[in-house]
Amino acid sequence: MSAAPARPMLRAGALLAAFAIAAAGILAGVHALTADRIRQAEQQRLLQQLQAVLDADAYDNDIAADSARITGPKLPGNAGITVYRARRAGKPVAALLRVTAPDGYSGPIDLLIGIRYDGRLSGVRVVSHRETPGLGDKIDDQRSDWILGFAGRSLQQPPLSQWAVRKDGGVFDQFTGATITPRAVVRTVRDTLIFFRDNRDQLFDTPASASST
Amino acid sequence: MNPYGKIVRDGLWSNNPGFVQLLGLCPLLATSNNLVNGFTLGMATVLVLLLSNTIVSAIRGVVRHEIRIPIYVMVIASLVTIVELLMNAYFNALYNILGIFLPIITTNCIIIGRAEAYASKNPVRLAAFDGLMMGLGFALALILLGAMREVLAQGTLGDGLHLLLGENFKGVRLTVIPQYQGLLLAALPPGAFIGLGLLIAGKNWIDARMHSRSVPLVQTAPAAG
Repeated sequence: MSAAPARPMLRAGALLAAFAIAAAGILAGVHALTADRIRQAEQQRLLQQLQAVLDADAYDNDIAADSARITGPKLPGNAGITVYRARRAGKPVAALLRVTAPDGYSGPIDLLIGIRYDGRLSGVRVVSHRETPGLGDKIDDQRSDWILGFAGRSLQQPPLSQWAVRKDGGVFDQFTGATITPRAVVRTVRDTLIFFRDNRDQLFDTPASASST
Repeated sequence: MNPYGKIVRDGLWSNNPGFVQLLGLCPLLATSNNLVNGFTLGMATVLVLLLSNTIVSAIRGVVRHEIRIPIYVMVIASLVTIVELLMNAYFNALYNILGIFLPIITTNCIIIGRAEAYASKNPVRLAAFDGLMMGLGFALALILLGAMREVLAQGTLGDGLHLLLGENFKGVRLTVIPQYQGLLLAALPPGAFIGLGLLIAGKNWIDARMHSRSVPLVQTAPAAG
Protein backbone atom coordinates (compact mmCIF):
# COMPACT_ATOMS: atom_id res chain seq x y z
CA MET A 1 0.00 0.00 0.00
CA SER A 2 1.35 3.37 -0.95
CA ALA A 3 0.17 6.83 0.05
CA ALA A 4 -2.06 7.08 -3.01
CA PRO A 5 -5.34 5.80 -1.45
CA ALA A 6 -5.06 8.48 1.24
CA ARG A 7 -6.10 11.24 -1.15
CA PRO A 8 -9.70 10.14 -1.83
CA MET A 9 -10.07 9.43 1.86
CA LEU A 10 -8.96 12.97 2.69
CA ARG A 11 -11.31 14.36 0.11
CA ALA A 12 -14.19 12.36 1.57
CA GLY A 13 -13.31 13.58 5.04
CA ALA A 14 -13.20 17.18 3.89
CA LEU A 15 -16.58 16.78 2.20
CA LEU A 16 -18.08 15.30 5.32
CA ALA A 17 -16.67 18.16 7.39
CA ALA A 18 -18.07 20.72 4.94
CA PHE A 19 -21.54 19.17 5.25
CA ALA A 20 -21.26 19.12 9.03
CA ILE A 21 -20.32 22.80 9.10
CA ALA A 22 -23.15 23.75 6.75
CA ALA A 23 -25.67 21.75 8.80
CA ALA A 24 -24.45 23.26 12.06
CA GLY A 25 -24.68 26.76 10.57
CA ILE A 26 -28.25 26.27 9.37
CA LEU A 27 -29.30 24.80 12.69
CA ALA A 28 -27.72 27.67 14.60
CA GLY A 29 -29.66 30.09 12.38
CA VAL A 30 -33.01 28.38 12.92
CA HIS A 31 -32.33 28.12 16.63
CA ALA A 32 -31.59 31.84 16.83
CA LEU A 33 -34.80 32.62 14.93
CA THR A 34 -37.04 30.45 17.09
CA ALA A 35 -35.40 30.74 20.52
CA ASP A 36 -37.44 33.76 21.59
CA ARG A 37 -40.74 32.29 20.53
CA ILE A 38 -39.96 28.97 22.17
CA ARG A 39 -39.15 30.71 25.45
CA GLN A 40 -42.39 32.69 25.19
CA ALA A 41 -44.43 29.60 24.41
CA GLU A 42 -42.95 27.72 27.33
CA GLN A 43 -43.46 30.66 29.66
CA GLN A 44 -47.08 30.88 28.54
CA ARG A 45 -47.59 27.18 29.11
CA LEU A 46 -46.15 27.50 32.60
CA LEU A 47 -48.36 30.50 33.40
CA GLN A 48 -51.43 28.63 32.16
CA GLN A 49 -50.60 25.74 34.43
CA LEU A 50 -49.97 28.01 37.40
CA GLN A 51 -53.23 29.85 36.83
CA ALA A 52 -55.12 26.57 36.80
CA VAL A 53 -54.25 26.02 40.48
CA LEU A 54 -54.45 29.65 41.64
CA ASP A 55 -56.55 32.51 40.28
CA ALA A 56 -54.48 35.18 38.58
CA ASP A 57 -56.13 37.99 40.58
CA ALA A 58 -55.06 36.50 43.91
CA TYR A 59 -51.51 37.78 43.54
CA ASP A 60 -49.66 40.65 41.90
CA ASN A 61 -46.07 39.45 41.58
CA ASP A 62 -44.34 37.81 38.61
CA ILE A 63 -45.08 34.33 39.85
CA ALA A 64 -43.16 32.43 37.16
CA ALA A 65 -39.99 34.35 37.98
CA ASP A 66 -40.41 34.09 41.75
CA SER A 67 -39.43 30.45 41.84
CA ALA A 68 -36.90 28.38 43.70
CA ARG A 69 -35.58 24.89 43.22
CA ILE A 70 -35.44 22.90 46.43
CA THR A 71 -33.43 19.73 46.75
CA GLY A 72 -32.77 17.54 49.71
CA PRO A 73 -33.32 14.07 51.12
CA LYS A 74 -36.65 14.54 52.91
CA LEU A 75 -38.95 16.00 50.29
CA PRO A 76 -42.34 14.73 49.16
CA GLY A 77 -41.77 12.49 46.19
CA ASN A 78 -38.09 12.16 47.07
CA ALA A 79 -36.98 14.24 44.08
CA GLY A 80 -36.23 17.92 43.89
CA ILE A 81 -39.25 20.22 43.85
CA THR A 82 -39.79 23.62 42.31
CA VAL A 83 -41.79 26.19 44.22
CA TYR A 84 -43.46 29.27 42.71
CA ARG A 85 -44.41 31.93 45.25
CA ALA A 86 -47.53 34.03 44.85
CA ARG A 87 -47.44 37.30 46.76
CA ARG A 88 -49.72 40.28 47.02
CA ALA A 89 -48.18 43.61 48.00
CA GLY A 90 -45.13 41.70 49.14
CA LYS A 91 -47.08 39.43 51.49
CA PRO A 92 -47.12 35.68 50.79
CA VAL A 93 -50.43 34.43 49.37
CA ALA A 94 -49.75 30.91 48.24
CA ALA A 95 -47.01 28.51 47.21
CA LEU A 96 -47.37 26.48 44.02
CA LEU A 97 -45.21 23.40 44.23
CA ARG A 98 -44.18 21.27 41.34
CA VAL A 99 -43.83 17.81 42.86
CA THR A 100 -43.27 14.40 41.33
CA ALA A 101 -45.22 11.44 42.64
CA PRO A 102 -42.73 8.61 42.11
CA ASP A 103 -45.11 5.67 42.48
CA GLY A 104 -47.66 6.00 39.67
CA TYR A 105 -48.82 2.84 37.92
CA SER A 106 -46.65 3.37 34.83
CA GLY A 107 -44.05 5.83 36.01
CA PRO A 108 -43.75 9.11 37.85
CA ILE A 109 -46.65 11.60 37.84
CA ASP A 110 -45.77 15.30 37.79
CA LEU A 111 -48.12 17.38 39.90
CA LEU A 112 -48.60 21.07 40.45
CA ILE A 113 -49.95 21.65 43.95
CA GLY A 114 -51.16 25.07 45.05
CA ILE A 115 -51.26 25.69 48.81
CA ARG A 116 -52.55 28.93 50.34
CA TYR A 117 -50.60 30.53 53.14
CA ASP A 118 -53.11 29.20 55.68
CA GLY A 119 -52.48 25.61 54.56
CA ARG A 120 -55.58 25.09 52.41
CA LEU A 121 -55.16 23.69 48.92
CA SER A 122 -56.00 26.18 46.19
CA GLY A 123 -55.87 23.48 43.55
CA VAL A 124 -54.02 20.46 42.22
CA ARG A 125 -53.31 19.57 38.59
CA VAL A 126 -51.46 16.81 36.85
CA VAL A 127 -48.76 18.32 34.66
CA SER A 128 -47.62 15.12 33.01
CA HIS A 129 -48.23 11.43 33.49
CA ARG A 130 -48.16 8.12 31.63
CA GLU A 131 -51.07 6.39 33.32
CA THR A 132 -53.30 3.94 31.45
CA PRO A 133 -55.75 5.71 29.12
CA GLY A 134 -59.30 5.11 30.30
CA LEU A 135 -58.25 3.89 33.76
CA GLY A 136 -55.54 5.79 35.60
CA ASP A 137 -55.66 8.85 33.36
CA LYS A 138 -58.82 10.05 35.15
CA ILE A 139 -56.41 12.02 37.36
CA ASP A 140 -56.04 14.34 34.35
CA ASP A 141 -58.47 17.25 34.54
CA GLN A 142 -59.14 16.79 30.81
CA ARG A 143 -60.53 13.33 31.53
CA SER A 144 -62.47 13.68 34.77
CA ASP A 145 -63.17 16.09 37.62
CA TRP A 146 -61.50 13.93 40.23
CA ILE A 147 -58.46 16.17 40.69
CA LEU A 148 -60.68 19.22 41.29
CA GLY A 149 -61.86 17.65 44.55
CA PHE A 150 -58.63 18.63 46.27
CA ALA A 151 -59.34 22.37 46.22
CA GLY A 152 -60.20 23.72 49.66
CA ARG A 153 -58.90 20.67 51.52
CA SER A 154 -56.15 20.85 54.14
CA LEU A 155 -54.48 18.66 56.74
CA GLN A 156 -57.48 19.26 59.03
CA GLN A 157 -60.08 18.64 56.33
CA PRO A 158 -60.09 15.62 56.28
CA PRO A 159 -57.97 14.70 59.32
CA LEU A 160 -54.55 13.34 58.52
CA SER A 161 -55.52 9.71 59.14
CA GLN A 162 -58.13 9.90 56.36
CA TRP A 163 -55.82 11.34 53.72
CA ALA A 164 -56.06 8.19 51.62
CA VAL A 165 -58.26 6.54 49.00
CA ARG A 166 -61.40 4.82 50.27
CA LYS A 167 -59.89 1.37 49.90
CA ASP A 168 -57.23 2.38 52.45
CA GLY A 169 -59.80 3.87 54.84
CA GLY A 170 -59.65 7.43 53.57
CA VAL A 171 -62.09 9.84 51.96
CA PHE A 172 -60.81 10.04 48.38
CA ASP A 173 -62.43 8.01 45.59
CA GLN A 174 -60.33 5.51 43.72
CA PHE A 175 -61.24 4.63 40.14
CA THR A 176 -62.79 1.39 38.99
CA GLY A 177 -59.86 -0.77 38.00
CA ALA A 178 -57.24 1.76 39.09
CA THR A 179 -56.28 2.25 42.73
CA ILE A 180 -52.53 2.69 42.45
CA THR A 181 -52.73 5.94 40.48
CA PRO A 182 -55.06 7.90 42.79
CA ARG A 183 -53.27 6.44 45.80
CA ALA A 184 -49.96 7.84 44.51
CA VAL A 185 -51.52 11.27 43.91
CA VAL A 186 -53.28 11.44 47.28
CA ARG A 187 -50.16 10.38 49.15
CA THR A 188 -47.99 12.93 47.38
CA VAL A 189 -50.48 15.76 47.98
CA ARG A 190 -50.63 14.79 51.67
CA ASP A 191 -46.84 14.68 51.99
CA THR A 192 -46.57 18.03 50.25
CA LEU A 193 -49.06 19.58 52.69
CA ILE A 194 -47.03 18.24 55.59
CA PHE A 195 -43.85 19.56 54.02
CA PHE A 196 -45.51 22.95 53.55
CA ARG A 197 -46.69 23.02 57.19
CA ASP A 198 -43.19 22.27 58.48
CA ASN A 199 -41.25 24.55 56.12
CA ARG A 200 -43.70 27.30 55.24
CA ASP A 201 -41.68 30.37 56.10
CA GLN A 202 -38.53 28.94 54.63
CA LEU A 203 -40.39 28.26 51.38
CA PHE A 204 -41.36 31.90 51.04
CA ASP A 205 -38.03 33.31 52.24
CA THR A 206 -35.73 31.34 49.95
CA PRO A 207 -34.35 33.79 47.37
CA ALA A 208 -35.63 33.29 43.85
CA SER A 209 -33.87 30.64 41.73
CA ALA A 210 -31.70 29.40 44.58
CA SER A 211 -31.43 25.98 46.17
CA SER A 212 -31.65 25.15 49.84
CA THR A 213 -32.23 22.42 52.42
CA MET B 1 -45.93 4.45 -17.63
CA ASN B 2 -45.58 8.10 -16.71
CA PRO B 3 -43.04 8.22 -13.84
CA TYR B 4 -45.21 10.58 -11.77
CA GLY B 5 -48.21 8.26 -12.00
CA LYS B 6 -46.09 5.34 -10.86
CA ILE B 7 -44.74 7.37 -7.93
CA VAL B 8 -48.27 8.28 -6.84
CA ARG B 9 -49.41 4.65 -7.03
CA ASP B 10 -46.31 3.32 -5.25
CA GLY B 11 -46.42 5.84 -2.44
CA LEU B 12 -50.11 5.79 -1.70
CA TRP B 13 -50.99 2.20 -2.45
CA SER B 14 -48.86 -0.55 -3.94
CA ASN B 15 -45.69 0.24 -1.97
CA ASN B 16 -47.25 2.18 0.92
CA PRO B 17 -44.64 2.63 3.69
CA GLY B 18 -47.14 1.91 6.46
CA PHE B 19 -49.13 -0.95 4.95
CA VAL B 20 -46.71 -2.68 2.57
CA GLN B 21 -43.11 -1.79 3.41
CA LEU B 22 -43.98 -1.70 7.14
CA LEU B 23 -41.29 0.90 7.75
CA GLY B 24 -41.44 3.35 10.62
CA LEU B 25 -43.68 1.15 12.74
CA CYS B 26 -42.56 2.70 16.02
CA PRO B 27 -44.07 6.16 15.43
CA LEU B 28 -46.93 4.66 13.41
CA LEU B 29 -48.09 2.51 16.30
CA ALA B 30 -47.26 4.92 19.10
CA THR B 31 -48.84 8.17 17.89
CA SER B 32 -51.90 6.78 16.14
CA ASN B 33 -54.12 6.81 19.24
CA ASN B 34 -56.27 9.56 17.75
CA LEU B 35 -56.86 11.41 14.52
CA VAL B 36 -55.18 14.71 15.44
CA ASN B 37 -51.97 13.08 16.70
CA GLY B 38 -51.79 10.82 13.67
CA PHE B 39 -52.38 13.70 11.28
CA THR B 40 -49.76 15.92 12.93
CA LEU B 41 -47.01 13.35 12.99
CA GLY B 42 -47.97 12.40 9.44
CA MET B 43 -47.58 15.98 8.22
CA ALA B 44 -44.26 16.39 10.04
CA THR B 45 -43.05 13.22 8.32
CA VAL B 46 -44.27 14.46 4.90
CA LEU B 47 -42.33 17.69 5.36
CA VAL B 48 -39.13 15.96 6.45
CA LEU B 49 -39.34 13.33 3.70
CA LEU B 50 -40.02 15.92 0.99
CA LEU B 51 -37.08 18.08 2.07
CA SER B 52 -34.69 15.19 2.71
CA ASN B 53 -35.40 13.61 -0.70
CA THR B 54 -34.93 17.00 -2.38
CA ILE B 55 -31.63 17.71 -0.67
CA VAL B 56 -30.27 14.18 -1.06
CA SER B 57 -31.08 14.31 -4.76
CA ALA B 58 -29.60 17.78 -5.17
CA ILE B 59 -26.28 16.74 -3.63
CA ARG B 60 -26.12 13.32 -5.30
CA GLY B 61 -23.43 14.53 -7.73
CA VAL B 62 -21.18 15.73 -4.91
CA VAL B 63 -21.56 12.98 -2.35
CA ARG B 64 -19.10 10.13 -2.69
CA HIS B 65 -20.38 6.61 -2.36
CA GLU B 66 -18.38 5.73 0.80
CA ILE B 67 -19.65 8.62 2.87
CA ARG B 68 -23.23 8.82 1.61
CA ILE B 69 -24.84 7.26 4.70
CA PRO B 70 -23.33 9.65 7.28
CA ILE B 71 -24.23 12.56 5.04
CA TYR B 72 -27.83 11.37 4.64
CA VAL B 73 -28.07 10.91 8.39
CA MET B 74 -26.75 14.43 8.92
CA VAL B 75 -29.21 15.91 6.41
CA ILE B 76 -32.15 14.07 7.96
CA ALA B 77 -31.17 14.83 11.55
CA SER B 78 -30.75 18.54 10.75
CA LEU B 79 -34.13 18.68 9.02
CA VAL B 80 -35.87 16.96 11.89
CA THR B 81 -34.27 19.35 14.36
CA ILE B 82 -35.47 22.30 12.29
CA VAL B 83 -39.03 20.93 12.17
CA GLU B 84 -38.84 20.28 15.90
CA LEU B 85 -37.70 23.83 16.67
CA LEU B 86 -40.41 25.31 14.45
CA MET B 87 -43.12 23.17 16.04
CA ASN B 88 -41.91 24.01 19.51
CA ALA B 89 -42.12 27.70 18.62
CA TYR B 90 -45.45 27.75 16.78
CA PHE B 91 -47.41 24.65 17.91
CA ASN B 92 -46.14 24.32 21.46
CA ALA B 93 -49.07 22.28 22.79
CA LEU B 94 -48.79 19.72 20.01
CA TYR B 95 -45.04 19.65 20.39
CA ASN B 96 -45.56 18.65 24.00
CA ILE B 97 -47.97 15.88 23.03
CA LEU B 98 -45.84 14.38 20.29
CA GLY B 99 -42.86 14.62 22.62
CA ILE B 100 -40.21 12.07 21.82
CA PHE B 101 -41.85 10.96 18.54
CA LEU B 102 -40.87 14.13 16.75
CA PRO B 103 -37.10 13.62 17.15
CA ILE B 104 -37.66 9.92 16.46
CA ILE B 105 -38.62 10.83 12.86
CA THR B 106 -34.84 10.87 12.39
CA THR B 107 -34.72 7.14 12.86
CA ASN B 108 -37.82 6.44 10.79
CA CYS B 109 -36.42 3.93 8.29
CA ILE B 110 -38.69 5.19 5.54
CA ILE B 111 -36.75 8.44 5.32
CA ILE B 112 -33.25 7.08 4.91
CA GLY B 113 -34.77 4.23 2.90
CA ARG B 114 -36.14 6.64 0.26
CA ALA B 115 -32.91 8.66 0.32
CA GLU B 116 -30.86 5.58 -0.46
CA ALA B 117 -33.28 3.71 -2.73
CA TYR B 118 -34.71 6.59 -4.77
CA ALA B 119 -33.50 10.13 -4.15
CA SER B 120 -29.79 9.36 -4.57
CA LYS B 121 -30.44 7.96 -8.08
CA ASN B 122 -33.06 10.30 -9.51
CA PRO B 123 -33.37 13.97 -10.52
CA VAL B 124 -34.58 16.50 -7.97
CA ARG B 125 -38.10 16.88 -9.31
CA LEU B 126 -38.83 13.16 -9.26
CA ALA B 127 -37.13 12.70 -5.91
CA ALA B 128 -39.12 15.52 -4.32
CA PHE B 129 -42.33 14.09 -5.72
CA ASP B 130 -41.42 10.63 -4.45
CA GLY B 131 -40.77 12.10 -1.00
CA LEU B 132 -44.13 13.83 -1.04
CA MET B 133 -46.03 10.73 -2.10
CA MET B 134 -44.23 8.32 0.24
CA GLY B 135 -44.80 10.82 3.05
CA LEU B 136 -48.48 11.11 2.18
CA GLY B 137 -48.72 7.33 2.06
CA PHE B 138 -47.26 7.11 5.54
CA ALA B 139 -49.53 9.94 6.72
CA LEU B 140 -52.51 8.11 5.22
CA ALA B 141 -51.65 5.04 7.28
CA LEU B 142 -51.28 7.17 10.41
CA ILE B 143 -54.56 9.00 9.80
CA LEU B 144 -56.57 5.85 9.02
CA LEU B 145 -55.20 4.01 12.04
CA GLY B 146 -55.61 7.07 14.25
CA ALA B 147 -59.22 7.62 13.17
CA MET B 148 -60.06 3.94 13.58
CA ARG B 149 -58.56 3.75 17.07
CA GLU B 150 -60.18 7.00 18.21
CA VAL B 151 -63.65 5.91 17.08
CA LEU B 152 -63.27 2.51 18.73
CA ALA B 153 -61.71 3.84 21.94
CA GLN B 154 -63.79 6.97 22.55
CA GLY B 155 -66.50 7.10 19.90
CA THR B 156 -65.26 10.47 18.65
CA LEU B 157 -63.23 11.90 15.79
CA GLY B 158 -60.97 14.93 15.97
CA ASP B 159 -60.57 15.15 19.75
CA GLY B 160 -57.86 17.69 20.58
CA LEU B 161 -58.34 19.73 17.40
CA HIS B 162 -57.76 22.95 19.33
CA LEU B 163 -54.12 21.94 19.81
CA LEU B 164 -53.74 22.27 16.05
CA LEU B 165 -56.04 25.16 15.20
CA GLY B 166 -56.13 27.29 18.34
CA GLU B 167 -58.36 27.72 21.39
CA ASN B 168 -61.43 28.62 19.27
CA PHE B 169 -61.70 24.97 18.36
CA LYS B 170 -61.71 23.73 21.93
CA GLY B 171 -64.32 21.01 22.31
CA VAL B 172 -64.96 20.82 18.56
CA ARG B 173 -65.13 17.18 17.56
CA LEU B 174 -67.34 14.74 15.80
CA THR B 175 -69.22 12.33 18.01
CA VAL B 176 -69.46 9.23 15.87
CA ILE B 177 -71.07 6.96 18.43
CA PRO B 178 -73.14 8.85 21.03
CA GLN B 179 -73.32 7.49 24.60
CA TYR B 180 -70.36 5.26 23.85
CA GLN B 181 -68.78 3.39 26.74
CA GLY B 182 -65.38 3.18 25.09
CA LEU B 183 -63.19 0.26 24.16
CA LEU B 184 -59.99 0.64 26.12
CA LEU B 185 -58.11 -1.94 24.08
CA ALA B 186 -58.15 0.29 21.01
CA ALA B 187 -56.34 3.10 22.84
CA LEU B 188 -53.67 0.81 24.27
CA PRO B 189 -50.58 -0.39 22.35
CA PRO B 190 -52.07 -3.84 21.55
CA GLY B 191 -54.93 -2.00 19.87
CA ALA B 192 -52.40 -0.32 17.58
CA PHE B 193 -51.00 -3.69 16.47
CA ILE B 194 -54.43 -5.25 16.01
CA GLY B 195 -55.68 -2.16 14.17
CA LEU B 196 -52.70 -2.08 11.82
CA GLY B 197 -53.15 -5.81 11.19
CA LEU B 198 -56.79 -5.26 10.26
CA LEU B 199 -55.93 -2.37 7.93
CA ILE B 200 -53.23 -4.42 6.19
CA ALA B 201 -55.67 -7.33 5.86
CA GLY B 202 -58.22 -4.92 4.39
CA LYS B 203 -55.72 -3.61 1.86
CA ASN B 204 -54.70 -7.13 0.84
CA TRP B 205 -58.34 -8.12 0.50
CA ILE B 206 -58.99 -5.19 -1.85
CA ASP B 207 -55.86 -6.09 -3.84
CA ALA B 208 -56.96 -9.72 -4.10
CA ARG B 209 -60.44 -8.73 -5.28
CA MET B 210 -59.09 -6.36 -7.91
CA HIS B 211 -56.65 -9.03 -9.02
CA SER B 212 -59.30 -11.75 -9.33
CA ARG B 213 -61.45 -9.39 -11.38
CA SER B 214 -58.70 -8.50 -13.77
CA VAL B 215 -57.49 -12.10 -14.28
CA PRO B 216 -60.52 -13.35 -16.29
CA LEU B 217 -60.22 -10.30 -18.51
CA VAL B 218 -56.63 -11.19 -19.35
CA GLN B 219 -57.61 -14.80 -20.03
CA THR B 220 -60.47 -13.98 -22.34
CA ALA B 221 -58.45 -11.45 -24.27
CA PRO B 222 -56.52 -13.95 -26.45
CA ALA B 223 -59.70 -15.90 -27.20
CA ALA B 224 -61.42 -12.77 -28.36
CA GLY B 225 -58.43 -11.64 -30.40
